[in-house]
Amino acid sequence: MTDADDEFVPEKPDRLWSLTFPPLVWAVHFLASYLTAAIWCAKAGPQAGDADPVRVAIAAYTVVALTLIAVFGWIAFRKHRTGEATLPHDFDSRADQHRFLGFATTLLAILSFVATVFTALVVVFVGSCH
Amino acid sequence: MSAPEIRQDPPLDDRARRLLKAWETPRGWRYWSAVNNSEVGLWYTIAAFTFFLFGGVLALVMRIQLAFPENDFLTADQYNQIFTMHGSVMMFLFAVPILEAISIMLLPEMMGARDLPFPRLSAYGFWCFVIGGVFVCGSLFFGVGPQGGWFMYPPMTTEYQSGVGVDIWLLGLSFIEVASIAAAVELIVGVLKCRPPGMRLNLIPLYAWYILVVAVMILFAFPPLIAGDMLMELERALDWPFFDASRGGDPLLWQHLFWIFGHPEVYIVFLPSIALVAMIVPTFARTPMVGYGWIVLAAVGTGFLSFGLWVHHMFTTGLPGITIGIFSAASEAVAIPTGVQIFCFIATLLVGRVTRSVCLLFVLAGLATFIIGGLTGVMVALAPFDYQAHDTYFIVGHLHYVLVGGTIFPIVAGFYYFYPLVRGKQLSERLGTIAFWLMLIGFNVSFFPMHLTGLIGMPRRIYTYPAGMGFETLNLVSSIGAFILAAGFVVFLWDVLRPKSKQDLAPRNVWNAGTLEWLAEVPDKPWGVRSIPIVKSRYPLWDQENFVRDVDEGNFYLSDAEETLRETLVTTTVDATPIQCLRVPGPTFLTMFAALFTGGVFIFSTYHWWWAAGVSGVLSLVTILTWLWTGTALIPEKDRKDVGLGLELPTYVSGPRAVGWWAMFITMLGDMTAFVSLVFGYFFYWTIHEDFPPQDARGPGILWPLVSMACVLFAWAATLLAKRFNRQDSAPRFYGSIAAGATAAVVGALALVGACYFHQMDPTRHVYPAIVCALVLWTVVHLAVGVTMHLYCLARRAASRMTSRYDADIVNVTLYWHFMAVTSLITSLVISLFPLVS
Repeated sequence: MTDADDEFVPEKPDRLWSLTFPPLVWAVHFLASYLTAAIWCAKAGPQAGDADPVRVAIAAYTVVALTLIAVFGWIAFRKHRTGEATLPHDFDSRADQHRFLGFATTLLAILSFVATVFTALVVVFVGSCH
Repeated sequence: MSAPEIRQDPPLDDRARRLLKAWETPRGWRYWSAVNNSEVGLWYTIAAFTFFLFGGVLALVMRIQLAFPENDFLTADQYNQIFTMHGSVMMFLFAVPILEAISIMLLPEMMGARDLPFPRLSAYGFWCFVIGGVFVCGSLFFGVGPQGGWFMYPPMTTEYQSGVGVDIWLLGLSFIEVASIAAAVELIVGVLKCRPPGMRLNLIPLYAWYILVVAVMILFAFPPLIAGDMLMELERALDWPFFDASRGGDPLLWQHLFWIFGHPEVYIVFLPSIALVAMIVPTFARTPMVGYGWIVLAAVGTGFLSFGLWVHHMFTTGLPGITIGIFSAASEAVAIPTGVQIFCFIATLLVGRVTRSVCLLFVLAGLATFIIGGLTGVMVALAPFDYQAHDTYFIVGHLHYVLVGGTIFPIVAGFYYFYPLVRGKQLSERLGTIAFWLMLIGFNVSFFPMHLTGLIGMPRRIYTYPAGMGFETLNLVSSIGAFILAAGFVVFLWDVLRPKSKQDLAPRNVWNAGTLEWLAEVPDKPWGVRSIPIVKSRYPLWDQENFVRDVDEGNFYLSDAEETLRETLVTTTVDATPIQCLRVPGPTFLTMFAALFTGGVFIFSTYHWWWAAGVSGVLSLVTILTWLWTGTALIPEKDRKDVGLGLELPTYVSGPRAVGWWAMFITMLGDMTAFVSLVFGYFFYWTIHEDFPPQDARGPGILWPLVSMACVLFAWAATLLAKRFNRQDSAPRFYGSIAAGATAAVVGALALVGACYFHQMDPTRHVYPAIVCALVLWTVVHLAVGVTMHLYCLARRAASRMTSRYDADIVNVTLYWHFMAVTSLITSLVISLFPLVS
């Protein structure tokens, strides 16, 4: 692709770690869900009998996490669609690098979304610590 | 895609001769002082492979014992040592090191770099690995090998095994884990900063993507184990009861720390091998990899998700249902990215024009085997099934399908693929085919029956079994299969070792591959690459016109070494724009001595020879300081240098553009992970106790920890000021602030120790004082390192080896102190204030 193609790309340089935002959200959601469940079940669970507060908390985390992942995914998808070039984004240009990062991040956002839903589904089916 | 050019060597001109001189490999006994990636990588590979063969022989010995019921070929004691060593050797001395070995050897070649940024660090890591490995393996021959399984579960290993075996495991392998982290630092900085100009993120070879992910995983996976090792060794050596339930400890903490390491570890060994597959498949399909972006998704996605799986090794420990569900869900989710890359490989093979070769046979065998292992993995990720299969031979079958399919077969494929690149000769396709069939058949005959033995109830890790339980035939079949598999390896080993002096040299780029490592000449020259190319494609040898000729004629960067110094290019992380001409250090014995002395600390400590360990520690410190003093942040003879093609680059940079800064940052991330693991321990004990800290326990109080925190924060601020004063070239103020910082740090350390001492905390009484003292110990040791760094900078400036312009030392030390401040802040706040709110 020509250098003229680079005009489509915003001035701001790309960042490698933007790739990790969606899975980082998954990681934080995962850790928060695990810790909430572990602490509740260790401290209050045996007396409380059920784990409803944990379920509510995880539901709230999930709404936040899925929203964030969707936002990151959308931003990334827009990057992937910059300009007119199509996959596999292997040209030696800033524009294709930008598109590539967008594409890979979009895929990671989809994976993170599914993995977060997997975590959330647990409290749909499991209602107690035992 | 055009056919790659095959060219004869051009005659050496003056530029090439100078370059060759700079990169010359030392001869005679000095050969062992080499630090170049090609030498160290080769030694590393040979050493790791030797350990693999040793681990394999141990496996055969086990299979002889298990071939018949009530066999007395081995005693229970010997069997325990052997299965422990088999697992430990294969995981710690083969699977992880071989990935580091292959990467150290080939990654610079794949990126057209002359070497990795810290060759001496690689050499140090290698020597640590060899010394630690020989020490751990040697224990077996004296009958004192560890017997706790590769996971060393307490309380068995803390209360019921009093011999030195466990200590050998803990200290010997901790020492090797240090080497792994060193390699991780090297590889991360290598991938991010030493790519050739033009190799943007979307053009990086897939191998480098995988290695980047794996190295980051090592950084977050190994430190929890190091923290766990530290706790267990403190329990064994000083009786601090971290895992002793009668004094408030809990063996489950070890399981958490071990498996936070242990499960990512599976992917740490799997991804680099699959990375080899990602290099081999396009070559033999004669087409670029289909779904490059999808493979990056797979690598990064697996890297993340693999950290959410560790509890699936603990499903039967009585954890809450929700916890089990969460980890079961993540264990299922990881199958998605793992599967994606396999579909990409299959798609590439389908769209390409596949040529037959032994490499590809092993790749296909690896994929098929791994898929079977992956599917049984999905089965055991389901908790109800796991309850049945846990600790049976079903798991042994499953994990061997994963590891042999995901790691061993691709590595053998890698040997066949890269052997001509490294040694200049091809391995035999005929012997390779024989080895392939023997291995494939032997493996399946050996391990498939184990699923069945497991399902009918045979537990793991038993030295024998009674007749009449239905285990006999299956075990005999497994043992026969093991020997067929071993025969395959004997054929393979013969192919690698057989004399090849009469065999013709392989042609250059023998497989017509498209990636940079195949620029290597036959026989190869020590300079790595004649000139560092500008890359415009994922497969430059296929796509860029006259590419090989231009590289060979020195038409790209750094085709000369005017000062006969070893140099390579540093580029930016994303766009790969050149920013520095990096001088990399040459041969030295310092790294070997540093490793010997560091090894002494660990080895002597095993036998409680504290004096010898102390002396060894001092010698190690002196050697490492000498290494740093004479070999790092050297002031160049000129500020900028013409690297060719009209480009002038600085020869010295400091701060975030410098590789040293990145190395410090990455090391400290790993260090912080280990620290967080200890803090996790503190809160873990809080969750399992009704009252934590216990009512009658003595704590460190509030005053002393907060005094310590204030002192350390002062020391941190003084370090920041010292950096600024150095830049302003204000020597008195620089010395003043460094001295103030060092003094404050010492006072801070004393205040922390005082907090424990004045409150008469006895770490052997209960786990609460023990974990507080562990956090204090960690922080104090780090403060000691911080003060050493202060004094080092002071001496550097006094010796004019650091100036206001050339200030990498103090800049990196400041970075260390940022992490130090966070460590101190967390330690002090947790131990002083948390008891008030809990």
